[in-house]
Amino acid sequence: MKILVGIKRVVDYNVRVRVRPDGSGVDTDGVKMSVNPFDEIALEEALRIKEAGNAEEVIVVTAGGDECQQQLRTGLAMGADRAIQIQTSESLQPLSIARALLKVIEREDPGLVLLGKQAIDGDNSQTGQMLAALWDRPQATFASKMVLNGNTATVTREVDAGLETIEVDLPAVVTVDLRMNEPRFVKLPDIMKAKRKPLDVIPLADLGVTVEGDLKVHHFAPPPQRQKGIMVEDAAQLVQELKSRGLI
Amino acid sequence: MSRILIIAEHDGETLNASTAKCVSCAQAIGSDIDIAVLGDGIDEVAAQAATLDSVSKVIAVNAAHLAAPLAANWAPEALSLAADYSHVLGPSTTLGRDLMPRIAALAGVNQVSDIMEVSGPTAFKRPIYAGNAIVDVEAAEGAKVIATARIASWKAAGNSGGATVEQRAASSSAAGHTRYVGLESGGGERPDLQSASRVVSGGRAMGSEENFGLVYSLADKLGAGVGASRAAVDAGYCPNDMQVGQTGKIIAPDLYLAFGISGAIQHVTGIKDAGTIVAVNKDSEAPIFEISDIGLVGDLFKVMPELESLLG
Ligand SMILES: Cc1cc2nc3c(=O)[nH]c(=O)nc-3n(C[C@H](O)[C@H](O)[C@H](O)COP(=O)(O)OP(=O)(O)OC[C@H]3O[C@@H](n4cnc5c(N)ncnc54)[C@H](O)[C@@H]3O)c2cc1C
Ligand SMILES: Cc1cc2nc3c(=O)[nH]c(=O)nc-3n(C[C@H](O)[C@H](O)[C@H](O)COP(=O)(O)OP(=O)(O)OC[C@H]3O[C@@H](n4cnc5c(N)ncnc54)[C@H](O)[C@@H]3O)c2cc1C
Repeated sequence: MKILVGIKRVVDYNVRVRVRPDGSGVDTDGVKMSVNPFDEIALEEALRIKEAGNAEEVIVVTAGGDECQQQLRTGLAMGADRAIQIQTSESLQPLSIARALLKVIEREDPGLVLLGKQAIDGDNSQTGQMLAALWDRPQATFASKMVLNGNTATVTREVDAGLETIEVDLPAVVTVDLRMNEPRFVKLPDIMKAKRKPLDVIPLADLGVTVEGDLKVHHFAPPPQRQKGIMVEDAAQLVQELKSRGLI
Repeated sequence: MSRILIIAEHDGETLNASTAKCVSCAQAIGSDIDIAVLGDGIDEVAAQAATLDSVSKVIAVNAAHLAAPLAANWAPEALSLAADYSHVLGPSTTLGRDLMPRIAALAGVNQVSDIMEVSGPTAFKRPIYAGNAIVDVEAAEGAKVIATARIASWKAAGNSGGATVEQRAASSSAAGHTRYVGLESGGGERPDLQSASRVVSGGRAMGSEENFGLVYSLADKLGAGVGASRAAVDAGYCPNDMQVGQTGKIIAPDLYLAFGISGAIQHVTGIKDAGTIVAVNKDSEAPIFEISDIGLVGDLFKVMPELESLLG
């Protein structure tokens, strides 16, 4: 089977993002960009499945501008066999991304689609669920463990109440959580090799996807800041302070 | 005119507090509010939902395939109920985050995630970048609004209401391709992290599962829920459902006490709405002190037992 992995170019998780003073967006000029951390985990899982002999090919796909090819190359260097860029200069919202991914699925016919549980910039946590709905296939979101058994997968999901287990028929969409695995580091020779792996560019319009019904995003603002408070010397003072504030 | 349908969260017996918080968010949108309770044998849950303030009607759909909250089964049912409504609202818990985008995609609309403030019937504020920016978003003209309410931003609605309960037959059937196996619950008997008014959290510095016992015993003294940083969960000191932060739970207790947690942005985003934040850390430069209301530089292995004995 083929495994399709969706990856997104995002501001690196170590960067403290700042809202532009005019409220038009966040400052991304000269900021370090990376593969969304959850997507690295999704790719790592796909590679392990292939290495265990349960998949023949791992394809990374992203929807975005040409700058995203950098992240696709990172995916190829990690070990993906080939890459697809759904080329668009627009900032797509999850429904359009899901529609575009569905078109790629129709072309590639994967047995499994792995995505991150959320992108750390938009923090929407929607794309995988929307894709599964449009494809009319199972979704297993927030997965921390996945066991393949022939045509089904048993997935452990991190939910608010604990660990939920579900079983899904394949093909299915699985969105991965942080504890699923530790992604491998990319080695220099792999970066060289990745340059020769195929990277197909498909303009969004060629997939027949039109962007419509978008939410309007008007204005960005910094969040209200918490003020630095007081310092106390010891446990006794702390208890006294909490009592005087009526908190205990 | 806005007509709002809330999809209730429950465990088959008890309504989750997240539903009452969705009602508060709905009140900010409009006054015509109904709740849908999907499940199997959920009459008791429906009765609980009917007590929530400003709810007109509770629609109870009992069917075997709705017993477990599988998005593949709940989404088509919710979509058919949604026909009569302008807004469909769920909580930003793992249930809502799993379910609502599936409904939105079936309805052909983008979803508004994590509403923290309502500016108008179709205009909302929501956080992005781990809470480092707040955006104004507006639903497309005439489109159904499908959204999740960021539950840390909303107080629970009161329960002096008296809605009618209407039983309705399921219009969907089982998806077949997705089967529920079970739930392993980690938290135990302590107050639910997402609704507790006090929370005690431990970080990497706790050092072991055994030492993490200090967090539990202090929490029990305070009647508090228990939280943790990702580092503590990853190290296996405590179960995953205790993780607080961007990729864990976003909480808003009146009192949050953090022990041996450095204050990474991904953690802090989960506690920004807490009333009072107390931090104990042996490093006076730890970033957590930038946002804490009361800070104490000290060794948690000394401070925690002291606190426990001072609290009697
Ligand atoms: C005018 C405008 C301005 C905007 N500005 C910003 C902005 O400054 N910052 C911002 O964060 N958002 C902005 N957005 C929203 C932005 O488009 C979102 O990032 C987008 O909606 C996707 O949501 P998400 O990344 O949170 O997806 P999620 O649903 O959280 O992503 C989950 C998973 O889906 C997969 N996935 C997501 N996107 C892609 C992709 N493009 N290709 C392949 N796989 C993917 C990944 O595996 C990912 O882990 C803007 C939107 C508009 C209309
Ligand atoms: C995509 C992504 C998502 C993430 N999501 C989350 C999330 O949801 N939640 C989350 O928490 N993290 C999250 N993280 C991880 C986050 O970046 C930090 O790594 C994590 O929060 C650190 O945990 P910590 O504060 O316990 O550990 P550390 O950063 O190691 O801090 C330990 C602290 O304990 C102090 N200390 C040590 N010994 C003692 C002692 N004896 N007494 C008192 N203090 C002591 C130290 O001074 C230090 O400040 C995420 C990271 C990524 C990349």
